[in-house]
Amino acid sequence: MYRICFRGIFTLVTVLLLGHVTAFADPDGKALFMSNCASCHNPLKDATGPALQNIDKSFPDKEWGYNWVHNSAKVIASGDKTANDIYNKFNKTAMTAFPQLSNAEIDAILNYVDNVKAPPPPDNGKQVPSGEQPAETNGWLYTIITLSLLVLVVILWRANQGLKRAANDVEGTPNEKEIPLYRSKFVIAFVSIILFIMAGYWLVNGAVNEGRQQNYQPLQPVFYSHKVHAGVNQINCLYCHAGAEKSRQAMIPSTNICMNCHKQINSYTGDPLKTAEGKEVNANEQIQNLYKYAGWDPVKKDYNRDAAGNILATPIQWVKIHNLPDHVYFNHSQHVKVGQVQCQRCHGPIQEMDEVYQFAPLSMGWCINCHRQTEVQFTNNKYYDIFEKYHDEIKEGKRTGVTEAEMGGTECQKCHY
Amino acid sequence: MSQKQYWSGPEELNNINANLEVAGDEFKEELPFDLSDSMFGATTPRRDFLKFLGFSTLAATLVASCEMPVRKAIPYAIKPEDIVPGVPNYYASTFVDGGDYCPIVIKTRDGRPIKVEGNDMSSITHGGTSARVQASVLNLYDKARIRHPHADGAEATFDAIDRMVKEGIGGKPGYLVTASILSPTTKEIITQFLAKFPNIKHIVYDAYSYSGMLLANEVCYGKRTLPSYHFDKANTIVSIGADFLGTWIAPIEYAKAYSKGRKISARNIKLSKHYQVEALQTITGGAADERATCKPSEMGAVAVALYNAIANGAQPSLSSPKLNSLVTKAAADLKKGNGLVVGSSNDVNIQTVINAINDSIGANGVTVNWVTTSNYKQGIDKDMADMIAAMEAGTVGSVFMHGVNPVYDYFDNKKFTAALAKVPVTVSFADRMDETAQKCKFVIPDHNYLESWGDAEPKPNYFSLMQPGIAPLFKTRAIQDTLLTWAGATTTYADFWKDYWMKKLGSQEAFDKALQDGIVEPAGEMPNGGVKFAGNVGDAVGKIQAKKGGGAIELVVYQKIAIGHGGAWSNNPWLLEMPDPITRTVWDNYLCVSPKRAKELDAELNGFSEVDTKKRVVTIKGADGYTVNMPVIAVPGMHNDVVAIAVGYGRDAKVGRAAASDATKGGKNAYPFMSFNGLTMEHHSVVTVAKTEDKYEVAVIQTHNSYEARPVVHEYTLEEFKKDPNVLLKERGKEIAEFTHDPWIEEGKEAKEPIIDSNSEEGYREHGTMYPNYPYEGVKWGMSIDLNTCIGCGACVVGCQAENNISVVGKDHALKAHEMHWIRIDRYFSGMPNDPDTIQTVFQPMLCQHCDNAPCENVCPVSATNHSSEGLNQMAYNRCIGTKYCANNCPYKVRHFNWMDWNGADCFADNIYEDGRRDDMNDDLTRMVLNPDVTVRSRGVMEKCTFCVQRLQEAKLAAKKENHPMKDGAAKTACQQACPTDAIMFGNVKDKESNIFKLRKQEQMERTFYVLEHIHTLPNINYLAKIRNTEEIDALDENKNEFLKYHI
Repeated sequence: MYRICFRGIFTLVTVLLLGHVTAFADPDGKALFMSNCASCHNPLKDATGPALQNIDKSFPDKEWGYNWVHNSAKVIASGDKTANDIYNKFNKTAMTAFPQLSNAEIDAILNYVDNVKAPPPPDNGKQVPSGEQPAETNGWLYTIITLSLLVLVVILWRANQGLKRAANDVEGTPNEKEIPLYRSKFVIAFVSIILFIMAGYWLVNGAVNEGRQQNYQPLQPVFYSHKVHAGVNQINCLYCHAGAEKSRQAMIPSTNICMNCHKQINSYTGDPLKTAEGKEVNANEQIQNLYKYAGWDPVKKDYNRDAAGNILATPIQWVKIHNLPDHVYFNHSQHVKVGQVQCQRCHGPIQEMDEVYQFAPLSMGWCINCHRQTEVQFTNNKYYDIFEKYHDEIKEGKRTGVTEAEMGGTECQKCHY
Repeated sequence: MSQKQYWSGPEELNNINANLEVAGDEFKEELPFDLSDSMFGATTPRRDFLKFLGFSTLAATLVASCEMPVRKAIPYAIKPEDIVPGVPNYYASTFVDGGDYCPIVIKTRDGRPIKVEGNDMSSITHGGTSARVQASVLNLYDKARIRHPHADGAEATFDAIDRMVKEGIGGKPGYLVTASILSPTTKEIITQFLAKFPNIKHIVYDAYSYSGMLLANEVCYGKRTLPSYHFDKANTIVSIGADFLGTWIAPIEYAKAYSKGRKISARNIKLSKHYQVEALQTITGGAADERATCKPSEMGAVAVALYNAIANGAQPSLSSPKLNSLVTKAAADLKKGNGLVVGSSNDVNIQTVINAINDSIGANGVTVNWVTTSNYKQGIDKDMADMIAAMEAGTVGSVFMHGVNPVYDYFDNKKFTAALAKVPVTVSFADRMDETAQKCKFVIPDHNYLESWGDAEPKPNYFSLMQPGIAPLFKTRAIQDTLLTWAGATTTYADFWKDYWMKKLGSQEAFDKALQDGIVEPAGEMPNGGVKFAGNVGDAVGKIQAKKGGGAIELVVYQKIAIGHGGAWSNNPWLLEMPDPITRTVWDNYLCVSPKRAKELDAELNGFSEVDTKKRVVTIKGADGYTVNMPVIAVPGMHNDVVAIAVGYGRDAKVGRAAASDATKGGKNAYPFMSFNGLTMEHHSVVTVAKTEDKYEVAVIQTHNSYEARPVVHEYTLEEFKKDPNVLLKERGKEIAEFTHDPWIEEGKEAKEPIIDSNSEEGYREHGTMYPNYPYEGVKWGMSIDLNTCIGCGACVVGCQAENNISVVGKDHALKAHEMHWIRIDRYFSGMPNDPDTIQTVFQPMLCQHCDNAPCENVCPVSATNHSSEGLNQMAYNRCIGTKYCANNCPYKVRHFNWMDWNGADCFADNIYEDGRRDDMNDDLTRMVLNPDVTVRSRGVMEKCTFCVQRLQEAKLAAKKENHPMKDGAAKTACQQACPTDAIMFGNVKDKESNIFKLRKQEQMERTFYVLEHIHTLPNINYLAKIRNTEEIDALDENKNEFLKYHI
């Protein structure tokens, strides 16, 4: 029940999100496929449902296909032979109804799957070098120039001093006794102040950064690549992290969520995966690893169960990357649902990470900065109707929006209680 | 300020110097500072300084160089469908403890119950709770709970015990002893069990019994049950000893109904009249309009006098003039109709007379409901006595005890223990190794009520369902399952229960709805009606008059509002640390005496000063020789010849660490001071009290937060308020009117008496300060507390503690004024301490006032406390460096400092404070009760009420997610939700549709005041003045009183 509900909501959200895109462009078949169909269908081979490539050729007519997708149960119930054949072939597993998909979108999906090509067999070691080299900087050049100029200044100053002394000797004016640089009180005072400030800066900075873990990238028990899932396969973040719109916690998915797709997807055919250290990762081994945790027997194609029928799954002990101190209250739904903040704003280019690292410093200054700059959904959310003054100011053109800080978003007890 | 003078305790009236010293001291204990003149002669010299410096540098380095620990994030393996991590689930259920009843909603987070709230849908309690209901969630995680069944003191399996019990159960007669049972399914299972074993008899035993009422009602009305009382319909309420707002029968229900008749506004000047006759000072007496005291042995005479005054206008001739006048006035008022008389006596004759009074004033069918009766109490004392006699005779083969603990709470517990030893098969279903379980052969622990399926029928046809909030934590088994097993049934109780309700409700939909709502009640008004009175009043009056009794000093055995009859509550640290509303004392029991009696017992020590924590110990000796030594506490309002001890203390070590008692801690057992008159238990007896030379420290917290007699309460008589509803506005006008405008504008316009209106409040806000006026937008939180309906019960205190992870500090630190409660209920007396009949009591809940011009904010050197744009006075714990300037500058004394690491929130290991009694609070099991949305504070930081900001944030977030403006009532504070009398109102004062706005600006404008308003703190909490329905407010003569002369 939950899952069906969830899937319904999820697809609805996806469609809503995509809705405005489709208004301007043709439906994106790949994206639609990934978000709606991929958990049960593979374009090339049978899974929970049949392989979808060229499946439209087997439909009695186009209209039949639309009806099937919109509500397969109805087609089956009507006694249609093709429908019942498929239904029986796939162990009487009913296909989720997608009444929200328009005919154009269904066409786009079919068009996409028809054009999917089987990936070439893995071809180790021939990876195309990718990624740009870091941009050349001229910093070192400037440093050399600055340093040479400084040396020049010193030389000129010394020469000037020497000439002055020589002139004094000639004129008979007594020269001041020359104090070596290291004994000059001025220099000593200057250097110690500089050192003191630098040490203080270093100490304070060290103390402030105590406990922060930017760029923390631990090894995980399962090599799970966000790049493969969220990047290449375009799976919506909320499919797995379903709590992000409802709860404080975005929620790490339990293994049964993984198995929604991985019941069929039992091998990896994409680009070879590498750890941050450059070690090759056997992705298929990782999928088998998942099966162990999930209690899935890939041969039997069923879960291992105990006598009472409970699935013998063990939770994966992920290493927590984003750690907030106990006295900080952070709520994902506040940001994702209400604030319409993209995941990437805090988590970085997660769709490009094979191994996740902490992108943001997660420091209070970083939070506050964003709260100062970011505008809330002031006119879109009726909650803000009570702030009449700001609405008036917007109407009068005095302001264009209201930042989170102006709504009290930098006050202590918004996050500390 | 009203003419009335208040004092927070006798110390303010008498022991001036000591009290001023205490009030002036920032620290209650001696500080370890050496203030000698020569630096080198000091006991903490330079070397120590260097040592500390070295240590702290090293510690800082070590802490800083520690690597960050690797933390794990472990998701569910298979996520349950209905749990979203981080989002609470709520389940409707029912709190039942013997006959105590409260429909509740359990809040669970990630599968564990963390809070209990009242169920608003109940037409009986209307969402009210009590301190015990609020604290019940802590009992679930009590470390002292038994974790498996026992046979002969060793672990055994259920099967083994079942086998052994079944062997011994037949043959000789046996007894199933339970506390009052509200559950219809349990009753049915007991019937099945008894049918299978006809040799077993079921008797009901209530430790604090109401047998007298039950038997009297049987004779008078033919029903051995209790009626329902409609306090809301009563214009005149007369209570003869019944503490119906605190401990008598069903206080939540009564308090809710009572408060309806106590709400008053200038637009609707109508107030019920409440007369109270009592022996000791209770919160019900505190709420009463007219109060008089008598010895418990005179209660019968009072009832008879009232009966005669109503029946034939006879002039009462009781022991004091105040009693006589009270009875005469009460009789006159009762005759006007809609009266209600209740009495606490357990004497059948007295209850018969009270029934006769209710009959003669026509209360039956109006305020006393005999059609919809109450099932709360069913215990018959005589049955228990008969059973013990049979046990002594050796004719009893088996005893099964559920929810009872006679080895502790039977008055003649020695006799019971000896008799129990003669029974071959003894079974206890206790949740802990209590005194009785230790003497039983088998212990089969029952589930906690939060782990149980069940139901309750508090009144005929009014049902409430119970569902578990968590799977059983330990190897326990529901008593219903046990009885079903023994009776040979194969079904489980859960199935039995479901079948029962499916059959009763008819359909799955109806069942689902009932389970979701938690209650099954008939629609519409509760059926009401009377029955013909058939009691023999003449006989009862004769027996009352013939009964000799009384003595020089009579002892009342009473229940404290916090821990009640004892049971598991004795080991609940939240309840043990909840200050008693009257004595304001925590952690122990003691002998309550009147101030006059205290002086006699301890004259040389000024021992009745509340400032001195070392109290005189006295020896109390009962008629049958039972003797205890106890400290004395002086309680104004006690009858001078009455002393009182609370039950529930003096427990065995195995009841739990907090409950355990010995000579140095934990109090004494008061049950043996009860007596048995051959038919019912009497809750009082004659004792002698003798002084000893010992002292014992008692943690009285009343003096800890002194306003130094600044006026904080406003109280008027109904007459005064009727005559001039603006009386309070004028008083406020005197204080602040001249600051409500710029002084140079209205010069020479001082013609008429200044009066406050809503404009002048704004004016005062603006012109009473040099600071700029902050314009609040959108949301501004405000609270209103009605002093008329606050009864001082303490539900808010425990509710707040549960919601906000407030630390328990233990007795030693309570003595040092380190208690952490964010809300406290200050009690003030007025009247002459030597004359108990003049004492009047006011309760004032005091919490952070969230001042818009807060004195604490200005003095914080690190800005750890500051103001939010929603009017909250915010406290950022991790910014606080512990200077305590804020607490010193707070005029309301509501800030609390974490002197110790109470709960392991520090980063240093092994720094946790332990005192032996409160330590279980830090057990891994008990910590499951913590609210994950609230920071657990560490040592060295200040804390105080946040207005439950986590709930406010949640309510705002919910509104934002649902895309609508926040609705009034969406955000409720924990104290507001816990309150059984709706004395607390909370909301957004910027919202002109909100109740709080309407109350302040329209409905209750005339009663609204702010505490210490003249110092321009601009609190966001307002109070509503107390209106007492009496002719006079007892005032002290300030000329005769040293203290008042000094201050006023």
